[in-house]
Amino acid sequence: MKPIESFELPSPSKVNYLNAVYGLKSWLLTKDHKRIALLYLGSITFFFFIGGIYALMIRLELLTPSGDFLESTTYNKVFTQHGIIMIFFFLIPSIPATLGNFLIPMMIGAKDLAFPRINLLSWYVYLAGGIITIYALLAGGVDTGWTFYTPFSTTFSNSYVVATGLGIFINGFSSILTGLNFIVTIHTMRAPGMTWFRMPLFCWSHYATSLIMILGTPVIAITVLLLAFERVSGVGIFNPKLGGDPVLFQHMFWFYSHPAVYIMVLPGMGVISELIANFSRKNIFGYSFVAFSSIAIAVFGFLVWGHHMFVTPQSVYAGMIFSFLSFAVAIPSAIKVFNWTATLYKSSISYDTPMLYALGFIGLFTIGGMTGLFLASLATDVHLSDTYFVVAHFHYIMVGGALMAYLGGLHYWWPKMTGRMYPEGWGRFGALVVFVGFNLTFLPQFIAGYIGMPRRYHAYPPEFQVYNVLSTAGASILGFGMLIPAVYFVWSMRYGKHAEANPWHLPGLEWRTQSPPPTENFEQTPIVTWDAYEFAPPEETEVVGKFHGEVERAS
Amino acid sequence: MQSWIPIVPESASSFSWKVDALYFYLSGVTLFFTLLISGTLIFFVIRYRRRTPYEIPRPVAGSHKLETVWTVIPFVIAMTMFVWGASVFFDQYKPPQNAIEVYVVGKQWMWKLQHATGQREINELHVPVGRKVRLIMTSEDVIHDFFVPAFRTKADVVPGRYTTMWFEATKPGTYHLFCAEYCGMNHSGMIGSVIVMEPRDFDNWLSGNVGSMTPATAGQQLYQTLGCASCHGGSGEGGRGPALTGTFGTQISLASGGTVTADEGYLRESIINPQAKLVAGFGPIMPTFQGQVSEDQLMQLVAYIKSLHGAGTTTPAPTPSAAASPSPARAVASPAPAPSIR
Ligand code: HEC
Ligand code: HEM
Ligand SMILES: [Cu+2]
Ligand SMILES: [Cu+2]
Repeated sequence: MKPIESFELPSPSKVNYLNAVYGLKSWLLTKDHKRIALLYLGSITFFFFIGGIYALMIRLELLTPSGDFLESTTYNKVFTQHGIIMIFFFLIPSIPATLGNFLIPMMIGAKDLAFPRINLLSWYVYLAGGIITIYALLAGGVDTGWTFYTPFSTTFSNSYVVATGLGIFINGFSSILTGLNFIVTIHTMRAPGMTWFRMPLFCWSHYATSLIMILGTPVIAITVLLLAFERVSGVGIFNPKLGGDPVLFQHMFWFYSHPAVYIMVLPGMGVISELIANFSRKNIFGYSFVAFSSIAIAVFGFLVWGHHMFVTPQSVYAGMIFSFLSFAVAIPSAIKVFNWTATLYKSSISYDTPMLYALGFIGLFTIGGMTGLFLASLATDVHLSDTYFVVAHFHYIMVGGALMAYLGGLHYWWPKMTGRMYPEGWGRFGALVVFVGFNLTFLPQFIAGYIGMPRRYHAYPPEFQVYNVLSTAGASILGFGMLIPAVYFVWSMRYGKHAEANPWHLPGLEWRTQSPPPTENFEQTPIVTWDAYEFAPPEETEVVGKFHGEVERAS
Repeated sequence: MQSWIPIVPESASSFSWKVDALYFYLSGVTLFFTLLISGTLIFFVIRYRRRTPYEIPRPVAGSHKLETVWTVIPFVIAMTMFVWGASVFFDQYKPPQNAIEVYVVGKQWMWKLQHATGQREINELHVPVGRKVRLIMTSEDVIHDFFVPAFRTKADVVPGRYTTMWFEATKPGTYHLFCAEYCGMNHSGMIGSVIVMEPRDFDNWLSGNVGSMTPATAGQQLYQTLGCASCHGGSGEGGRGPALTGTFGTQISLASGGTVTADEGYLRESIINPQAKLVAGFGPIMPTFQGQVSEDQLMQLVAYIKSLHGAGTTTPAPTPSAAASPSPARAVASPAPAPSIR
């Protein structure tokens, strides 16, 4: 039998996008989507570490019921800054700006994104937002919660609200630019033969994400602007004492921030589709259902923001409509989970690290999504809103889901991005530690929330301590687990085994070029005659170690 | 504190068990699907593990039948959750008849409460078992949230408007009261307790804590000192301004056309921002009292106007507007089309 990876590759060349040009300037002025992806990778990792340190501070404080480790003012800043950094500066850009940036052109057979300069600009905009935010943190920090609820944020908080808001405002433009770039690229830059329904699902999910980015982000920009305006000028928009309406702010905030949770998770779903298909060597079950469910999520995600406001003075009928729509929007996510699971039926499953993360994702995302139903259901939400149950729910989605997908994707494409292999044994070990640590951290919080522990509490009654001790123990394991990949990724860049062009033996376009790829990605524009995940020709029943379409490849 | 490790909070209100029942149903479904998915995954992962490095499984075509099944079944299950959750919620917000009323003002970082019978409390609320208690709440500064886990209910306490919630305690005891909406520095210190007593003990507590005037009486004095009487008549019978007697709970025709239900939120707005909704047949002559009366005093004025039901001065059993209309708007602020606080 002919080994899978033996299809012909362009003559292995020593020149690739990493060594084609040298020097700091060649990086800072690069228009190569792959290099920009690495710039993003470096900067979001930096923010992830800051956010992670805040997280550990939160967990340390909550180890004991009394507020003995931090002052309450410090604690309030710590959880606020944890949220702001993790959401706006890590999770929202994470998968799109690194993996998406690197892979979308490669997956559709393009040389670059449609607007390489705008792509570089988006990184600088991100950096500018980040630097302003870091300035705000160093100057004194911000204590409003990442949700910036008014009138606390506009009138009462004595912290760097405007500076932080400006950081978020500017950062939003980098999302918009990235989204715009992806949409235009996917529309106009697909290689010959790469039809919409031949695209990897990763591209579909990024397309959906981009829609949310360009339609939703302007709303948060306006909201933050109004907030800053009221804070600076004293004109009443949200403060009732000045004639404003504080609840209006929540509507505006969640109109963006609910769709934003899908900005965070949809790219992850795209990664998972890739991992599941490729590490089981199987075409995704129900490809078009998985593809369209992303679009459905993007569209209907805009209609459910009111589920964050069931305990505000919102009318009962509005509450019911938002509740109904929230249940409805859960269905496309369920469809994905079922299709991923079905894909594994009669497949050939490898236990490589990326697959471990993908399997972890499905389990954790299921729990995250199902517990969302507790919060979409009106009567239970009234009790659970603003408790640790909510905290556990969104961490299951954002860490158990989006972060696991990001890590899985990073392992999967690491050989392509860096030309080096990570150590597989350590990879599996790290994935396991992260999984265990994660569950120990957040599972107890569901119960703590149901028995009534409010979120954003610096000190709490002693009966909640058991769950907090478990959670802090879990967080230590999780923190340690996260260090493992951090260390070996850095290590592998120098000492890792050189990666082949196609180390996983896969049919995707990104694997049909050398690792790391040349600056222009492909020596010749590929002509695509196969479907995504076409390991074997559809009409074939038995296995052959050859890709359909290989012969037609123009090289 | 219980000696075992709690997994559900204490259950002390008439709807705690309803919320618990729904919660257990949701937990059951969650457990079922989590086990179903992870069980299937584990089974597949073992059963279909890669046995030889170069094997390629047969491709599989999708199935519309299966897709339909796993779209429709979850949707139906989701709808059971929706309907169940919405119906319990609906009950929770149907304003009760014959409730004891308590006025609540939240401020950074304490709860000030006053019973209709005059007793004042801070960070503590005494209520009898088996009686419905309705809270009329507002905030002096930022948004807070009145949360009693043992009652399975909470509601935001919002500056510039009234919100209400109600409960009926079923078990004597002392329960946590938390502020559940982040409100600044000492948010986690904005806690207190709700003390549920047997009715006899509660009556004793009430009579042992007289002291202050009832809100309605205090409101009556304010009514005189602030000069409301000059336009609305010495006891609310009307004059240059409309009569206030018997106003509460009725439909008021507005100069701009349309009507509005005179609930607590409307009365509050009429005092703070009289021009927002002009009563039909009257000019915009009432001065605003914004900044001249505190939230406490506003509540007293409202309590007084509510007490002007033609009958005596004791607070009569409220017949909240919303009970009359089909819309049990959970906030006192009037429902669409016109938000009451502008
Ligand atoms: C200068 C005369 C004047 C004074 C003083 C005045 N009001 Fe009025 N009030 C009016 C008029 C005229 C209206 C009807 C037009 C409107 O809605 O503003 C009115 C309306 C109201 C309403 C709405 C009544 C309804 O039937 O809908 C309330 C409640 C009210 N006033 C309470 C008060 C209170 C309490 C005070 C004292 C703090 C007060 N008013 C002082 C003239 C006055
Ligand atoms: C799929 C990706 C999802 C993500 C990333 C996500 C994320 C979040 C986040 C961040 C919050 C908390 C916001 C805050 O208060 O700070 C939240 C709350 C909430 N989520 Fe999700 N969620 C997801 C899915 C769902 C689903 C499928 C549902 C319901 C069907 C749901 C329902 C809710 C509700 C109702 C709340 C509000 C709870 C409350 O504050 O009372 N979520 N979610
Ligand atoms: Cu949401
Ligand atoms: Cu608070």
